[in-house]
Amino acid sequence: MSLLLFDVLLCGLLLALALASVLSRQLSHAVILYIAFGLLMALTWARLAAPDLALAEAAIGAGLTGALCFTALARQGKLAASPTLSWQQRCWPALFVLVTLFGLLLLVLQLPAKPGPLPALVMQQLAASGVSHPVTAVLLNFRSWDTLLELLVLLLALLGTLQVAPAPVYQSSWVLSRSWSQLLAPLIIVLAGYLLWAGAHQPGGAFQAGALLAAGAVVLKLNHQLNWLAWRNIWVRFFAIAGLTVFVAAVLTAWLLSGALAEPVWLRWPPELAKYIILLIEIFATLAIAITLTLLVVAEQPATPLSLARQEDDEAADG
Amino acid sequence: MSVGGELSVISTLLSSALLLTGLLFFIAGSVAMLRFPDSYSRLHAVTKADSLGLGSIIAGLMFYCNWWQNLLMLLIWLLVLASGTVSCQLLARFCKTKQDQA
Repeated sequence: MSLLLFDVLLCGLLLALALASVLSRQLSHAVILYIAFGLLMALTWARLAAPDLALAEAAIGAGLTGALCFTALARQGKLAASPTLSWQQRCWPALFVLVTLFGLLLLVLQLPAKPGPLPALVMQQLAASGVSHPVTAVLLNFRSWDTLLELLVLLLALLGTLQVAPAPVYQSSWVLSRSWSQLLAPLIIVLAGYLLWAGAHQPGGAFQAGALLAAGAVVLKLNHQLNWLAWRNIWVRFFAIAGLTVFVAAVLTAWLLSGALAEPVWLRWPPELAKYIILLIEIFATLAIAITLTLLVVAEQPATPLSLARQEDDEAADG
Repeated sequence: MSVGGELSVISTLLSSALLLTGLLFFIAGSVAMLRFPDSYSRLHAVTKADSLGLGSIIAGLMFYCNWWQNLLMLLIWLLVLASGTVSCQLLARFCKTKQDQA
């Protein structure tokens, strides 16, 4: 009964925050409300017994997306006032949303009330997957194709973003925020390492660890730390691509190994090596995801002589 | 929840009192954020009242958990305290800078 009250409150708050965020007149208010919405969404996933999603939503939905929106707003400057639209201009997006909503509701109503045969199948095959957490087993063994494509999507998104990355804006940062971000950095690295390692037997894994690392790196970058973390650095490029490359290399190796035994199957790990393959993929995927997400938020065009000169002027003025 | 049934009467009373105190602080902080006139007093009210309220709620919850969970909750409280203090300072400095510029 008490939990029913909690659930109703949570649903009501989610709807209210979503509406407030969409309807708010100031973009900065909309972003703040959206961050609050992301936090409650993470709570909702936790309540639905999906801690993996809750972790990812808290790190990406609430943390990184908020930072992304705020950096975008900060670059807008005085232009940030939202333009007024006529009702015809509002009509088409509203129609699109209504149609999508209707389709989604139809799909939800068609969902079977009982779980399908797949969860039982996963639990039955879990011993052969190399890990003991069913979500990780599905993501990196039974359905590793999806994860491979996700890494590819992330890489493509990064490559696209780099083409339109804005010119660097030099803003000074406060000592307090800088030292606080430096103080948090070791904590975040330890937590990310724990999440990565814990993914084998409990909620966690590459995506959550990478998102957490990225959140820490974004805060440091916004405070003008980690200057090496930019696309011009060859090692950053290497590790951004390594997630995908190591995955493909592991797939090819496993394919060659299994080819000698029986009919070769694409994307199937030999059970005795599965644990190590998954760990290797996850380590490189974590680094790639962390770098990609960080650069998606704070990527800038390479510094031009003009921007460098302005930065030096500002530093001279500060000192 | 049957956990409460295992506690003695005094523990239950103490924990309920602490939880209610925490809630009161949260309500006070939220009301203050809506009612106070300027950013500084709002920041002051929210960060102070919520930090104390969270501490009180954690103290109340400690009756129900084992020592390891209690330790984790204490660490979480410390982290929230520190981040609340830092963000309060940062927001206040931002307000001050904007005020000086205007």
